[in-house]
Amino acid sequence: MDVLANLNGGFPLLSFLIFFPLAGSLVLFVYPKETFAKYWTLAVTIITALMSLGLLFGFDRTSTKYQFAELHTWIPQFNINYVVGVDGISILLVILTTFIMPFCVLASWKYISKRVTAFMFCLLIMETSMVGVFVALDFILFYVLWEFMLIPMYLLIAIWGGPRKVYASIKFFLYTLAGSVLLLVAIIALYMKNGSFFIPDMMWNEYSMVFQVLVFLAFFLAFAIKVPMFPVHTWLPAAHVEAPTAGSVILASILLKMGTYGMLRFCLPITPDASLLLAPYILWLSIAGIIYGGFTALAQHDMKKLIAYSSVGHMGFVTLGIFVFNAQGIQGAIMQMINHGVTTGALFLCVGMIYERTHSRELRLATGVGKFMPWYVTFLVFFCLSSFGFPGTNSFIGEFLVLAGTFRENEILALAAIPGAVLAAAYMLRMLQKIVWGGTDNPDQSYLTDLNIREIVTLAPFLLFVFWIGLGPEPFMNLMDASVQQLVDQLGQWQQHQHVATLLLP
Amino acid sequence: MEAVSNPNIVENVNLLLAVLIPLFGSLVVMNLKNNPNLREFVSSCSSILLFIIVLSFIPSLKEGKILQYEVFSLLPGLSVTLRADGFSMIFALVASSLWTIAVFYSMGYMRAHDEPCQTRFNACFALAIFGAIGVALSDNLFTMYLFYEIVSVCTYPLVAHHQDEESYSGARKYIIYLTSTAKFFLLPAIVLIYVLTGTLDFPHNILTGIIPSDAKSWVVILLYVFCIFGFAKNGVMPFHHWLPGAMVAPTPVSALLHAVAVVKVGVFCTTRTMLYVFGLDTMNALNLGIPTAYFVGFTIIAASIIALSKDNLKARLAYSTVSQLSYIIMGVALLTPHAIDGGLIHIVNHAFSKITLFFCAGAIYIAAHKKYISEMSGLGRTMPFTFGAFAIASLSMIGAPPVAGFVTKWNLLVGSMEAHQVGILLILIASTVLNVGYFAPVTYKAFFGKRPEGEPETGIKEAPLSMLIPILIAVTISVIIGIFPGFMMQFVQMVTG
Repeated sequence: MDVLANLNGGFPLLSFLIFFPLAGSLVLFVYPKETFAKYWTLAVTIITALMSLGLLFGFDRTSTKYQFAELHTWIPQFNINYVVGVDGISILLVILTTFIMPFCVLASWKYISKRVTAFMFCLLIMETSMVGVFVALDFILFYVLWEFMLIPMYLLIAIWGGPRKVYASIKFFLYTLAGSVLLLVAIIALYMKNGSFFIPDMMWNEYSMVFQVLVFLAFFLAFAIKVPMFPVHTWLPAAHVEAPTAGSVILASILLKMGTYGMLRFCLPITPDASLLLAPYILWLSIAGIIYGGFTALAQHDMKKLIAYSSVGHMGFVTLGIFVFNAQGIQGAIMQMINHGVTTGALFLCVGMIYERTHSRELRLATGVGKFMPWYVTFLVFFCLSSFGFPGTNSFIGEFLVLAGTFRENEILALAAIPGAVLAAAYMLRMLQKIVWGGTDNPDQSYLTDLNIREIVTLAPFLLFVFWIGLGPEPFMNLMDASVQQLVDQLGQWQQHQHVATLLLP
Repeated sequence: MEAVSNPNIVENVNLLLAVLIPLFGSLVVMNLKNNPNLREFVSSCSSILLFIIVLSFIPSLKEGKILQYEVFSLLPGLSVTLRADGFSMIFALVASSLWTIAVFYSMGYMRAHDEPCQTRFNACFALAIFGAIGVALSDNLFTMYLFYEIVSVCTYPLVAHHQDEESYSGARKYIIYLTSTAKFFLLPAIVLIYVLTGTLDFPHNILTGIIPSDAKSWVVILLYVFCIFGFAKNGVMPFHHWLPGAMVAPTPVSALLHAVAVVKVGVFCTTRTMLYVFGLDTMNALNLGIPTAYFVGFTIIAASIIALSKDNLKARLAYSTVSQLSYIIMGVALLTPHAIDGGLIHIVNHAFSKITLFFCAGAIYIAAHKKYISEMSGLGRTMPFTFGAFAIASLSMIGAPPVAGFVTKWNLLVGSMEAHQVGILLILIASTVLNVGYFAPVTYKAFFGKRPEGEPETGIKEAPLSMLIPILIAVTISVIIGIFPGFMMQFVQMVTG
């Protein structure tokens, strides 16, 4: 347990972040009035967000250990513990989660009109499980939260979703569940080998190649569905389209990141040989996803679908960065995860705002609003530019680092990803042009009202982060540097060690 | 790193100010929708202020100093940094001085023509200059790319200004060509250069470049080709179609943006990359120069021939621009001192002369509502100042003394002989003949042609003074820098040493 820094010392901040929203949700049982529920949920999520800033202040940027660690015995018979901690890979994701949530509440203020209390309840327990997934260091704890998350998400789509909500929610549930079952098998297999569910104990151990490949594939399928990687992405457009705005934002900004987080946290350190062996296939699968997502997004007439397919492309860049196994690639991947959370979350909020006015997600019906909603399109312009990696915005840094890492690894691979960047510009500018300008036969949009204060307050922080990360990424990079470097170093040593081992074989 | 070792580099916050003035100008303009006079006053003030600030850099540069200012530091070797050296001054002076002239001209044009959405127009105009000045003052490839893309995006509303089928399709072509080439060629080039060298900062001489000498030659050649095509604003064929397409824009846009800001951003970036990223040493070692010169030579000739066939005056001017831009790249590609001088000074010469020509085209359109050259017979007699200016500016395009273009052509001819390239010499001569071929008839017909049958004698007079005065100023400067090329030449010579 020497990987845990400052164990059980001081205020249990991570437990607070996990359980405070849960405790908040219980209050809604006692006092389920709708207006109260809105304000209460907003307050709870804001407090959680502000408290999560404590992570930044106390985080030792030079350490590679899991910090703010807490360890409590849970089920001693099976050596299952409640262990949580953050390192450079997860800290940004935790803060992203806590900061996205208040905006999800704000975005649902008017959008959700029925069963408001239940909706807010779902949001709060969603937050509990999402934060939990990112900080859990015990495999059972991780798995429980990972699975638990499906229920509120399923409800968000199935109750408050659009016309095809039943289809979309069941598809979402089945896909993710299918992946998770194999994940459980892998976890038990690893427990059999190690006698422990403590995740760091399972890393960098000598497992046989066959075992590694099998475990890797089980992991990978679960995570690839979550990311979602081409070709197991088909649940995503359906879920995004039908989910309410807050649901789409949570899906895009946080849920998708769990897949790539899982790959970084589990696939690479637990099954390094299998990762190295299978990396070329995954890299080309990522390229396929980048290109496929781009082309499909270009053909969409539904704004939410367009952004959903763009996510497939963007997340392709993340997996590309992870599996080139160098520091730049992985830093780029983590940055891209955060950036995608910020930008795509904001884009879904923007689409939601149009939907609240026109009651349609059709691009055709949203053309030419620039004249009547100047504030709205100002925000939209920056988020669209950010989405296709305009220099000076957040996504550029992520894409730049991923491409730089890929060029180091393999020039052909990097060049193959470039058409994806071109396509991203094409579909985003197409959408932007249509919404802002349209053509000569725009529908009458003169009834539209520009953003109100609540909406501006919702979007402005996203814009701040678009430029902050885009022009001064250093504070964000510093958080992850040590952990990423350690991961890459260990991977390098492992590779060398294996190489020596093969040479020594008779 | 170099900033520490080189005592000639001075930090100067005015560089940031120069970039921010057009940006803030544009923000203020956006909020003055209901007060056109104040709005135009703000535009003109910012343009004059910008010009003064750019001028204020000159004394330090003459002392051999280089101004620098880091705005944002992103990653090691990747920052948003501004710089003023001889090379940046060439373009910064042109862009800022012509913005001042163009503001007054467009005021006259837009009001005379009663164009819609003038606030948006003025704001985007200022934003485009924001991008252009940023490109001029950029200290590294990333900053240049950033501002290059800003120019692409901010000029879209200007090209689509009329919001009809034609302007939407022109603007679509415009943005597709410019952003996709930038993404497809530039982005990988920049990332790869960063991976190879760990930095994107331009050095302070044109010899060394930043590409390490042990880099694989096929990679360097690939990067070079990517950089030439990536900056598609330079109008090099085959990625030139956006320029004629963008002529649907109101004439002040065509004038400032498609004779000065946008296209010059393209050639400025291309030549900056050739000289400061690759450097003469690498270019010579890999023998990149001469093939480039011949390659753009094709654009020079082909675009001139297309220009001959165009009856629409603005289209003819557009193809003339495509052809003339390649002069600049050709000069630099020849890699001899005179040729580089000739190429770089043509950024200035072409800008002043071509803006005059576009201004004239706009004045003709406003005064007589004529777009086609065939309709302009005899018009010179009713609009003598406009067509007089047109005649002088076209002499500059042709390269006749004493107008500005002569300085270019002289240097290019000497340079091509220094490089022992008879082929280039022939291209230049052929192009001169073609220039005469498509410019001379316009002037000739206007002054000596017969007025079309049945057209009433009266009704057409010179364009309003707010348009005519900028035309006369621009053409006068074209003549002055032809007779006294020294002022601008000093900056070019700071580059070539």
